[in-house]
Amino acid sequence: MLEIAGLEAGYGGFRALHGVALTVRAGEAVAVVGPNGAGKTTLMRVISGLLAPVAGRLAFEGADLAAVPPHRIVERGIAHVPENRRLFPRLSVEENLRMGAFAPASRPHFTERLEWVYSLFPRMRERRAQLAGTMSGGEQQMCAIGRALMSKPKLLLMDEPSAGLAPVIVDQVFDLVRRIRQEGFTVLIVEQNVRQVLELVDRAYVLEVGTIRRSGSAAALQADPAIREAYLGI
Amino acid sequence: MDIFLVEAIVNGLLLGGVLALLALGLNLIFGVIDVVWIAYAELVMCGMYAIYWLHTYYGVPLPAAAVIAVLFVALLGVLVHKLIIAPILGSAPINQLLATGGLLFFLQSFATLLFGADFRNVGLRLPIIEVGEIFVSFARLLAFGVALVGMVGLWLFLKRTYIGIAIRAIAQDREVMILMGVDPQRVYLVTSAIGGGLAGLAAALLVLQYDVHPSIGLSFGPITFMICVLGGLGSMIGGFVAAFIMSQIIAIGGFYTSIELSYVLAFLLFIVMIFVRPQGIFGGRS
Ligand SMILES: Nc1ncnc2c1ncn2[C@@H]1O[C@H](COP(=O)(O)OP(=O)(O)O)[C@@H](O)[C@H]1O
Ligand SMILES: [Mg+2]
Repeated sequence: MLEIAGLEAGYGGFRALHGVALTVRAGEAVAVVGPNGAGKTTLMRVISGLLAPVAGRLAFEGADLAAVPPHRIVERGIAHVPENRRLFPRLSVEENLRMGAFAPASRPHFTERLEWVYSLFPRMRERRAQLAGTMSGGEQQMCAIGRALMSKPKLLLMDEPSAGLAPVIVDQVFDLVRRIRQEGFTVLIVEQNVRQVLELVDRAYVLEVGTIRRSGSAAALQADPAIREAYLGI
Repeated sequence: MDIFLVEAIVNGLLLGGVLALLALGLNLIFGVIDVVWIAYAELVMCGMYAIYWLHTYYGVPLPAAAVIAVLFVALLGVLVHKLIIAPILGSAPINQLLATGGLLFFLQSFATLLFGADFRNVGLRLPIIEVGEIFVSFARLLAFGVALVGMVGLWLFLKRTYIGIAIRAIAQDREVMILMGVDPQRVYLVTSAIGGGLAGLAAALLVLQYDVHPSIGLSFGPITFMICVLGGLGSMIGGFVAAFIMSQIIAIGGFYTSIELSYVLAFLLFIVMIFVRPQGIFGGRS
């Protein structure tokens, strides 16, 4: 579904990604893990068009993504839950969800999808009229995921959904991600919480200083001594 | 209470409606695009001349001329964005001030070239209505009513439509807006068209009360800016409230002293505000 090869990207003269290759097949859940500053967010931003790559191949369902204007990426079926949630703080929860359905193809389905998101996250229904910026971190994360789901994406990108949340809430967020998996979504998730994310994905890539160092099935990585030492603290 | 004071207050209230409309347009543009259209009141002037010209030379009925003026000034708003703002969007704010300031003088001189410096009017005499012992001009009452309807219409648009919500949201996170599938350039163009349209609507209301001449913008431009700053630049609610505060200062001040002195007082208040509370009464921005 998503195929990336030889990807180079950065900021000005600074290269944040060197020859990154990664694939996500339909129906899979794939994680990208790695330390702070490795380039995980940069990778997500390139996929969703916010950052233009310097070189490399970026294909989604066989079509070249680099040729698609950034605001058209969501129409292709890629939705991005950005790092730090990034809700519109002074819009209500429901208005945030409405923006998730902005693409012309999503608008006719707004009401039914809103119901669906509310049934996935009943808390959002309770908070529908509340300003998004006034909710707790965990609720904001729910809203951010719900907003991305409003476009019924073929591929859901999630950038550190558990970051900055209290441990109990982190567990809840991973439960949410598991539920989204069960709904049949293809997911590419970035996490620093390596132990928990490896529990719920099929495969993972380890990104360090802009380069893929390792990749494989979640089980194989969980068993890998180097990974256990560096990321699982065992 | 003195009946003339009541009349002054009522007239101030009616004036406040149109000023609120203008402040709303300017605030909308500032809030979304982060530029101040210094030449905003000159767009109003363009609308007034358009109505005058259509009505006087071509006999277009005033309501139809008003609709055309709204569309015409909306188009001017789009052109201002495309030709002047968009190319310098990323540059220093001072450049944007200079560019739209240049537009102000351009439009003034262009109007002088086309129509001369004479005062012109559409030649319509609307009745004066007597309510109790107070005399109110029908033109002002009409202007107030239409301005309110226009503001409610805009509010519904910003609350109910996708693009309207995007207009309210874009300044909160421009990058995420792109992830939603929104083309920011399109939001800016729609906002500029609405800002222009509001100026056109104000023109249609003002042309019933005032003569149009090339520097008519100076009668409304500075006061509109003061209102926006007083209410907090970019704050639409703040601008709305400030418009009525300012129009009352002018009306009541004018009643006790003179209209000229009341303007002096209003500008003085503005300068004091800049020192004491630069973010405005309601402003979150500083
Ligand atoms: N907007 C930016 N401008 C310049 N450098 C940046 C920017 N964003 C990130 N970087 C740099 O790019 C590298 C990768 O950052 P990022 O993709 O955010 O890493 P991660 O998400 O893995 O923590 C880091 O060295 C970071 O300092
Ligand atoms: Mg990151």
